[in-house]
Amino acid sequence: MRLIHPENLEYLAVGAAVLGTGGGGDPYIGKLMAIQAIRQYGPVKLIGVDELDDDALVVPSAMMGAPTVMVEKLPSGEEIIQAFESLQDYLGRKIDATVSIEAGGLNSTTPFSVAARMGIPLVDADGMGRAFPEIQMVTCTLHGISATPMSLADEKGNAALINTINNRWTERLARSITVDMGATAMIALYTMSGKQVKEAMVPGTLSLAETIGRAISEARAKHHDPIAAVRKLTNGFEVFRGKIADVQRRTVAGFARGEAAFQGTGEYEGSRMTLQFQNEHLVAIQDGKIVVSVPDLITVLDAETGEPITTEGLRYGFRVVVIGMPCTPKWRTPEALALVGPRYFGYDIDYVPVEERYGQASRPQ
Amino acid sequence: MRIGIDVGGTNTDAVLMDGTNVLAWHKTPTTPDVTSGITAALQAVLAETGVSPDSIATVMIGTTHFTNAIVERRRLTPVAAVRLGLPATKVLPPMVDWPDDLRQAIGNHAYLAHGGHEFDGREISALDEQELRGIAVDIRGKGIRSVAISSVFSPVNPHIEERAAEVLRSEISDLSATLSHEIGRIGLLERENAAIMNACLRDLAVNIVASFEKSLTDLSIRAPFYLSQNDGTLMNAEFAEKYPVLTFASGPTNSMRGAAFLSGVKEAMVVDIGGTTSDVGMLIHGFPREASVAVEVGGVRTNFRMPDVYSFGLGGGSLVRSDNGHLRIGPDSVGYELTTKALVFGGGTLTTTDVAVAGGLAEIGNAAAVRSLDHQLVRNAMALIQEKVEVAIDRMKTSAEPSPVIIVGGGSILISQPVRGASEMIKPPHFAVANAIGAAIAQVGGETDRIFSLEKMSREEALAQAREEATQKAISAGADPATIQIMDVEEVPLTYLPSNATRIRIKAVGDLAMG
Repeated sequence: MRLIHPENLEYLAVGAAVLGTGGGGDPYIGKLMAIQAIRQYGPVKLIGVDELDDDALVVPSAMMGAPTVMVEKLPSGEEIIQAFESLQDYLGRKIDATVSIEAGGLNSTTPFSVAARMGIPLVDADGMGRAFPEIQMVTCTLHGISATPMSLADEKGNAALINTINNRWTERLARSITVDMGATAMIALYTMSGKQVKEAMVPGTLSLAETIGRAISEARAKHHDPIAAVRKLTNGFEVFRGKIADVQRRTVAGFARGEAAFQGTGEYEGSRMTLQFQNEHLVAIQDGKIVVSVPDLITVLDAETGEPITTEGLRYGFRVVVIGMPCTPKWRTPEALALVGPRYFGYDIDYVPVEERYGQASRPQ
Repeated sequence: MRIGIDVGGTNTDAVLMDGTNVLAWHKTPTTPDVTSGITAALQAVLAETGVSPDSIATVMIGTTHFTNAIVERRRLTPVAAVRLGLPATKVLPPMVDWPDDLRQAIGNHAYLAHGGHEFDGREISALDEQELRGIAVDIRGKGIRSVAISSVFSPVNPHIEERAAEVLRSEISDLSATLSHEIGRIGLLERENAAIMNACLRDLAVNIVASFEKSLTDLSIRAPFYLSQNDGTLMNAEFAEKYPVLTFASGPTNSMRGAAFLSGVKEAMVVDIGGTTSDVGMLIHGFPREASVAVEVGGVRTNFRMPDVYSFGLGGGSLVRSDNGHLRIGPDSVGYELTTKALVFGGGTLTTTDVAVAGGLAEIGNAAAVRSLDHQLVRNAMALIQEKVEVAIDRMKTSAEPSPVIIVGGGSILISQPVRGASEMIKPPHFAVANAIGAAIAQVGGETDRIFSLEKMSREEALAQAREEATQKAISAGADPATIQIMDVEEVPLTYLPSNATRIRIKAVGDLAMG
């Protein structure tokens, strides 16, 4: 167990953006809210999964909605508790701890606000090890854990509680309620026992995010290579180094889809890479061949500072490095790949783990 | 004839122009009170040409007074920040992320009230006039006369801010109100911050406008004067008193506009090489491209229109060093001590200026002092300088298309070879006072930047409405209606929002209406 203070959150937000693979929302508001909550209610207790009792009641907390609305209609603060308390009342039992459902992006910091206000510990784990666009895309789904009962609450005092037949239905109904609430809501979902958290979730991601953020900052202060620091911490690989040549974006069914093209520099001179994204990066294509794909993590870092760049921030001329990081092994079973693998996103290819291609030897010819 | 003045961190520059001809220019150190330097510069250009004050038609001034006040936390007016959106937004009250000293300097008076809109125009809650009157009484009791009003989603629907201002004004005489939708864009905290900063510059704005007037009348100049805005257009005295915050980035903007004018090119990259840093920007239709991300001023996040300028550590005074055979240039620099520290001026520090002289690019100081420099070192340093500029330009371009590159600033001697990615290289005359020229040639503009729901109107109707709003703003800023042109139309469909919401930004610009 360790205590989390505002300084830790600054690093955590940066590391969360690395794990966010280009998406996950703008961390600024989430970070500010968490810092305010800690200032008002005291530091948050971050506990490892092994510190949980098997029969503890653990409920993840998050914000759901449109990023454009989240930066405008900020929460009241009450809905944070309301979502939690309405689920607690329904379950007839006090919730012992909360946890992150998605450590990549905004929802890395949101649970800190909840933990501080509710006075409960936060478990150092998440449901993805990264960010993904849809609610059912969490490791809990693979263990048959239902996303519902799920509560949603808005700043007006509305609270909704839903029970669905499967987690894909949760995504549909929750999304619809969120829009009616004004396109932003606080949510509590995927109720679990301590035992289930230990089995189903990805451990240590919040600490990893903080460590990554701290490493980038320290590397820069000492004039060391921040990208090497990130690769080391994530067992990641440099997949490409170059200059952004083009970025195209369009909105499809409410998601930001698009692609970014890169021209290679240095040893990659003459080579081209394209990243295709749906909020988060889905595949990396080098000279016409897919070389990295979901569920592995693909992130773009500024070549000089090591800072992660979201898909919104990609612009012509930036010198960047594309890194590929292995996902948690939980995402590599056939069942998992049906949920979050390349084929789910429309790419008819077999998933090849990034360390197989980039591991020992050379890069693809 | 017109006079353009630019107040910079180091120098105040003035230029006297007749049509497109530069008749005289003068550079004088910026004074602590700022106004004395302006008077000195004005006197100099009049004296140099013997031109009568009566023949001056207008005076344009780009000033850092207001930026300085924020950065130095001096001469600020106490402000009441009123935010409308309850029950939403409570979790992060106004000024929550401000540096403590700035917050204290303006009194830290924050009020939350009902109001605000959802993304699709529904109200979050109704405006509560009783509540507002209660707030007004409290504000009046504290002796505060400047208010910043920010409502959730006001760029979509400004009426709540307007109505709230009416209510507050009815309770407090002499109230000065800044409405956030007139200053910033979507992003509540950033827009609210910009509105609060504007409100705290109220008294200073009235003061500065009055002292500019006095500077001019003391010199018998009866011409009206205008202040430069962040986007390169002008605002008249009345507008400047209301929106001082719109002057923050006028310096770099005027430099770029001046560069465009002097070179005759409207689509180009501009590199302004100074003593310590260089700024790179991109000209589109003769105006700097605007930054799309939050800009920090005085430690506060804001999102009002600012030019997109990339600064990097290369200037005429940058140190040139060899670390274990690895060549390094800058970011440290001898800055204004160039004329005592550089080798060519008898000092002992190897700077980029020394390299330029050794490489035959310029005749400055004593060339003999650098004759013994290693030829390879000089060549490598010149190549590295070139590369730094090329990388910076490439970073700011939006496509691979070659584009003209205009180089201004005292440090422009450092660039010798054509820059990669440049279709042509331009070093215009009078490059040292490009900023004052930019102020002098400025036009007047108006911009509208709002969200429209295309469920209530067609795209064409929304564009027409936006064009009309921008045009009206330009006219009320002083533009001659007959000269107004639509400069820029930007349409961004908003992702995630199902009500077919689109953000339309239109800038209208015209010549100053004379007489």
